[in-house]
Amino acid sequence: MITVEHISKSFRVSRRSAGMKEALRVLWKRQYDTIRALHDISFTIRDGEMVGYIGPNGAGKSSTIKILSGILTPDSGRCEINGRCPWRDRTRHVRDIGVVFGQRSQLWWDVPVIDSFELLRDVYRVPQEEYRRNFDELVELLNLAEIVKTPTRQLSLGQRMRCEIAASLLHSPKILFLDEPTIGLDAVSKLAVRSFIRELNRRRGTTVLLTTHDMQDIEALTSRVILIGKGQILLDGSLDGLKKQFSGGKILRVEYRGRTPELPDGLCWQERGEDHGALRLSPEKITVSEAISALSAQVELRDVSVEDTPIDEIVANLYREYRI
Amino acid sequence: MDFTAKYRAIFRIRFLNGLQYRLAALAGLSTQFFWGFMEILLFRAFYRADAAAFPMEFPALVSYIWLQQAFLTLYQSWYFENEIFDAITGGNVAYELCRPMNLYAFWFTRGMANRLSKAALRCLPVLLVAFLLPEPYGMTLPVSLPVFLLFLATMGMALLLAVSMTMLIYGLTFYTMSPLGLRTIFSSAAEFCSGALVPLPFLPEKMQEVLELLPFASVQNLPFRIYSGDIAGMEIVRGVALQIFWTASLTMLGMWIFRNALKRAVVQGG
Repeated sequence: MITVEHISKSFRVSRRSAGMKEALRVLWKRQYDTIRALHDISFTIRDGEMVGYIGPNGAGKSSTIKILSGILTPDSGRCEINGRCPWRDRTRHVRDIGVVFGQRSQLWWDVPVIDSFELLRDVYRVPQEEYRRNFDELVELLNLAEIVKTPTRQLSLGQRMRCEIAASLLHSPKILFLDEPTIGLDAVSKLAVRSFIRELNRRRGTTVLLTTHDMQDIEALTSRVILIGKGQILLDGSLDGLKKQFSGGKILRVEYRGRTPELPDGLCWQERGEDHGALRLSPEKITVSEAISALSAQVELRDVSVEDTPIDEIVANLYREYRI
Repeated sequence: MDFTAKYRAIFRIRFLNGLQYRLAALAGLSTQFFWGFMEILLFRAFYRADAAAFPMEFPALVSYIWLQQAFLTLYQSWYFENEIFDAITGGNVAYELCRPMNLYAFWFTRGMANRLSKAALRCLPVLLVAFLLPEPYGMTLPVSLPVFLLFLATMGMALLLAVSMTMLIYGLTFYTMSPLGLRTIFSSAAEFCSGALVPLPFLPEKMQEVLELLPFASVQNLPFRIYSGDIAGMEIVRGVALQIFWTASLTMLGMWIFRNALKRAVVQGG
């Protein structure tokens, strides 16, 4: 169980304008700006839940993860994870959590991956039996059998990321924080990582908090999303609800023969070609079957397909709506 | 035992990592032979002119130089781990902080293992050759067994001290965010003050008196001069006491800096 209440955190950033004169001036008088990275953040995550944490760059996602992992101390607010405060009880808290920072590496560069794994086993004092069990399971699910004998520096990004994820789970943490785990991965590796996370949650009931810019990650993994922008939580709810609220309707792709049809209320052109086009449909005004019959009354429809608004577009709408 | 197990594991992996670089060790080794010879030949020329004018016996000086070359990587003051600087300035320290252990102890162990692994590859060939060389270029045996044991003990403590000094620089890098200035100042000062360039007895007396009190003198200067009997009697007691004092206080200072730095830590780079 993760409870976060009214967490705020600000950073000091030194700034200066371009130019030699400015550079010399700040040598003896520095100017600092205070950036509010997080402002009054509160949420609760139940055991076994998978939650997507989304927001544009610089919104405060990584800062939140770092506070939850006990790395950063917030300026104010309260946080309790499995009964402990992460930054006050850091050493004991980190035994219960696994963290993957997609842009960093925790594996030793020059030695085979398995050496890093064994180091982590000793650092977390994982009993040999449990280590063996976790190791075998992770190697099987992530397909690492050959990879773990290779030095980290010779792995591809996809192979390395799979090893990074495995490394975070060797001590059987109850909670997993994933900070952009699929960044830079190709389609196949992304799918592998996603199906692994889903399987992990199913088998072990691991609580997962995931930040990402890839909305397919969110769609594949989580049913709940928390949207953060400019350090504040803007939205916390189910993915389906979010889709309904911000999708702006469905997309109707049509191919037809004949003159351009008159559109009934609730339909409008999004793209328009010679004898084909995409129509945006507002579900509160018109149903799909009404729309199709209204169109087929006027023209000969040769092909019709109905699509949901792509999730990327929904998020873009969302960011626009909240001006972040 | 449980507590030390994880630090032993870190020691092990850093040690293995250090052993990976055989070619670098070979290159370093030849440099050290060459450097040792040049230094001894140079001093030999001076001593020929008037041996009485110099503060150290020639055999003691020769042993000092060979020990210095054999254990160079153990006590080198400019021997930092770039990975640690990168972790601090690039933000990878985030991962280290997700581990159930004290960061200071973690990096301290790492530093010791790193130095030991490098020295392990290099010291034996240098020592072997140094003992086989004919007089007056070769190394002499220690004065007595108790002296040899004292030499070993002060060697060990000197390693702790050398690492605790680098830990101070790591700790301060959390504040400065660029290790360059600190490193340069510290390295050149430490090289000179520790007797790595010229053994301390060769410096002017007044200067020597001050330098002997500084922590730098407790690193290689103490064990190497104990070995050849250049420091003896009550001077050893004083030297060992100073060494223990500096090791304890610099370690505590380092821990304090780390604690404060991490409290206000900003993990760099998003």
